[in-house]
Amino acid sequence: MTKKILIVDDEPNIVMSLEYTFKKQGFEVFIARDGSEALEILKHHTPNVVLLDIMMPNVDGYQTLTFIKETESLKHIKVVFLTAKNKASDVEKGLSLGADKYLTKPFSVKKIVSEIQELVT
Amino acid sequence: MNSYAVIIIIIIYLAMLFYIAFLAEKKRQSKWVNNPYVYTLSLAVYCSAWTYYGSVGIAANSGIHFLPIYLGPVIAAPLWIVMLRKIIRISKQHKISSIADFISLRYGNNRFLGALVTVICLFGTLPYISLQLKAVSETFEIISGDNSYVSTTVIDDSTFYIALLLAIFAAFFGTQNTDASEKHKGIVATVALESMLKLLFFLAIGTYITFYLFDGTSDIYEKISVTDNFKELTTLGKVEDGFNWFFMIGLSFMVVFLLPRQFQVAVLENNREKHLKKAIWLFPLYLLLFNIFVIFIAWAGKLTFGSTENAEYYTLLLPLEHGNTFLATLVFLGGFSAVISMVVVSTLALSTMVSNNLVIPYGFLDKFIKNQPERNSKYIKTIRRVSIFTIIIAAYFFYVIFSKALSLYSIGLISFVIISQLAPSFFIGLYWNRGSSKGAIIGMIVGFCVAIYTLVLPFTLEAYTGTDDFRQYGLLGIEALKPYALFGIDFLSPPAHAFFWSITFNLFSYLMFSLMSKGNYRERNYAEMYVDSKNFTNLQDSALVWKGEAYVADIKNVLARFLGEKRATRALKIFFTKYKLSQDTQLADARLINFSEKLLTGSIGSASAKILIASVVKEEQISLVEVLKILEESKENIVSNKVLLEKSNELSQLTFQLKEANEELIDKDKQKDEFLDTVAHELKTPITGIRAAAEVILDDEEMPKEIKAQFLKNILQDSDRLGRLINNILDFEKLETGGLHLDLQPQDIQKTIGKAIASVSQIAAKKEVLIVNNNMHPFVINYDEDRILQVLTNLLSNAIKFCETKTGKIIVDYKIGNQVVEISVADNGKGIPEEDFIYIFDKFYQSKNQNTRKPEGSGLGLAITKQIVEKHKGKIWAKKDIKNGATLVFTIPFE
Repeated sequence: MTKKILIVDDEPNIVMSLEYTFKKQGFEVFIARDGSEALEILKHHTPNVVLLDIMMPNVDGYQTLTFIKETESLKHIKVVFLTAKNKASDVEKGLSLGADKYLTKPFSVKKIVSEIQELVT
Repeated sequence: MNSYAVIIIIIIYLAMLFYIAFLAEKKRQSKWVNNPYVYTLSLAVYCSAWTYYGSVGIAANSGIHFLPIYLGPVIAAPLWIVMLRKIIRISKQHKISSIADFISLRYGNNRFLGALVTVICLFGTLPYISLQLKAVSETFEIISGDNSYVSTTVIDDSTFYIALLLAIFAAFFGTQNTDASEKHKGIVATVALESMLKLLFFLAIGTYITFYLFDGTSDIYEKISVTDNFKELTTLGKVEDGFNWFFMIGLSFMVVFLLPRQFQVAVLENNREKHLKKAIWLFPLYLLLFNIFVIFIAWAGKLTFGSTENAEYYTLLLPLEHGNTFLATLVFLGGFSAVISMVVVSTLALSTMVSNNLVIPYGFLDKFIKNQPERNSKYIKTIRRVSIFTIIIAAYFFYVIFSKALSLYSIGLISFVIISQLAPSFFIGLYWNRGSSKGAIIGMIVGFCVAIYTLVLPFTLEAYTGTDDFRQYGLLGIEALKPYALFGIDFLSPPAHAFFWSITFNLFSYLMFSLMSKGNYRERNYAEMYVDSKNFTNLQDSALVWKGEAYVADIKNVLARFLGEKRATRALKIFFTKYKLSQDTQLADARLINFSEKLLTGSIGSASAKILIASVVKEEQISLVEVLKILEESKENIVSNKVLLEKSNELSQLTFQLKEANEELIDKDKQKDEFLDTVAHELKTPITGIRAAAEVILDDEEMPKEIKAQFLKNILQDSDRLGRLINNILDFEKLETGGLHLDLQPQDIQKTIGKAIASVSQIAAKKEVLIVNNNMHPFVINYDEDRILQVLTNLLSNAIKFCETKTGKIIVDYKIGNQVVEISVADNGKGIPEEDFIYIFDKFYQSKNQNTRKPEGSGLGLAITKQIVEKHKGKIWAKKDIKNGATLVFTIPFE
């Protein structure tokens, strides 16, 4: 079965690299520019994993995560934060809200792919 | 009326007074007892039987000469606000309990002076009290219609029993408290009531006589004006009478301060200084009302009786003559009220003086030192009570021996002249610090002797020898020593004459001896406290210069003897706390000495207090040099205290400023942290983009060419963004820390706008946005062109960001205002949400509404813009109430 990933980030250049790589790895990739777009996509699709930035306009990463984890039908989706916020307190906050992984920018694309693979298999 | 009926009325009336006094004592704090009206009415104790009956007598026999006695106080009243207030303050500070205390303390707590004042007051007041008894006795006879019976012994003289009743009243309510400086609310309340009654009754009889018995004032005037000596009665006779008036007014002016009973009610019983404000106009009004009918009653009496009856009692005789017993009884009660209040207050005042300034310091002090505390307090009360009875009984015998033959008016004036001998040392001592005890004592003695010689001696000798040789030919037949015409001054009335000479001798002796003798340091100390009373209110305890050795334990023993162990301990505790001294301090200082003296003064008078404290204190004589040194030291202390206080104020101000600065620093630090955080985040974003793209290209060798080109383009874009960001951060930092210097040159603002539009024309063209330069007129002012260009480019690229492709339109305009150029950049884009108005100039703020995707902005653009504008002393804002789009405006001021 094809794995599905939803990438949520407001930086198009970063999204482009991630999209290209995950597609090459055989993922079906959905893109959202911010939290509200992500929630819109989640209405119709159920990805295996969501790669989520935190600092975004409108609905931010925290709000998106909380929504996913509080919705019965979405609860099982793995959520990985991918953010420039790398202070210990930020990491703690992210994980305590129910994120499965907390990865920081800048990142190695290979590392992200392996972390995600590990989560979805 | 039956004499028994009169006695019953008297007893009922007295019982009522007792009850009222009792009520007032019980409700000491009530406003019925503590108000300016009660205070003013109590001052009217001035109007004794002399006023009530005597004035009419004078008016009938010698015209309007009764008036000066009231004009003096009327003139004095406005001065109370200054002088009486000062006296009240000093008295409260030092717990003064009588005028003798007041004067003796002023002259260094001089024991002899206190005794002398007491003796003078006794001499001045005894005849006065006897005058009151005489009035009671004579009116009693008139009202009871019983003038046939002449009492032969004390036992069957009703006056004696009335005197005794008054003594009981005074003793009961006058000695409730050992501390004589405490208020006597019961007595004051009855005096106030009596003052009201006597005025009411007097006005009632005046109205009755004038308007009922006669046909109004003009009727009486017309009838009296045809009698023989009418002219003498209504006019002042020449210059001599002018002098008489002058001296009589002066005399009454002084005694309204000095009479023991006036000092008692005006100073010692004063509750609040502000009551004075009402008293200064109400009291003169009272006196005026009292004198309205005097002259008409006198004339009416004269018309009715001719010269057959004693004119002093016209007020009683007239209603009786017309069968109006009821009104006559009221008049009698009014007169009786005047008598009671005068007698009670006078004996109260005198008894305090006699006990505190005569008996205790000269006889009982040693006994007190040995006694138990409870017994001391009892002793003091007993002494006062005995004094009260003795004074009243002495007054009674004076009346029996002398007063029967004298008129009320003449006795009253004798008292006034004697009391006035206190005037120089009292009044001048308040304002002249050189006045010394020697001057005061000698002045008083000399003045007193002259008064006796010129006023009392003539009639007493006449009474004893039966001849008027002394009066006629003078002492040893020397012309210049004639008692009524001393040194040839023969045109004054005897009282005016006596007053003139006695006060002259008194004054000169006082001044001369004061100038000659300096008085010791203690005396000068007190003089300073009195004269400069305002400055001493804060340091009254330490105002005493004193040197010596004393133990707290000894002083406590003395205090305990009079106050009891408990109160003494408490008082000392309060003292130590007040001056922040240790509770087990061993050696006493000047402040404690002074404090203790004051504490005892209320109970036993200042002179005795001084002696008592001195008995346990080893005081050393202080030389003037030492006094000056001590004063200098305390002055230095005050100065250094002041400096310390100032320093402390400064310090707390500095602390406050430091605290504020610290808070600001913490705030700044937090801001800096946030800034760094945001900067790091903003830098990471393009780096992440670059790193990810590079990795993808590197790892995928088979990547199609056009995709690779896209990734490489992304890397370039992100690198540019990074560079821009770094430049902006540096700019912003420079601007914010003030490190940037503007290169101000005269520039044409129109040209600068043109340059800015040119620099963004490429991006605008790409998005097909139209930019219009509205104002083509050149205008040259001073500014840093590079920086203003930065501002304009920033605003323009922001505007482009918010505009829709193709339909976008931007208008740049400028106008000249009042010493300011206002430049605006308006677009027709999405506009700025209202809630964002206050944030748009914050660093790293990015609007939700922008159309372009991210890599374009750094989030510092508007923040930097604002900094630059403000650096030019201009302002920048977003225009509100714009229909569509956004308009940003900034100004550059010019001279």
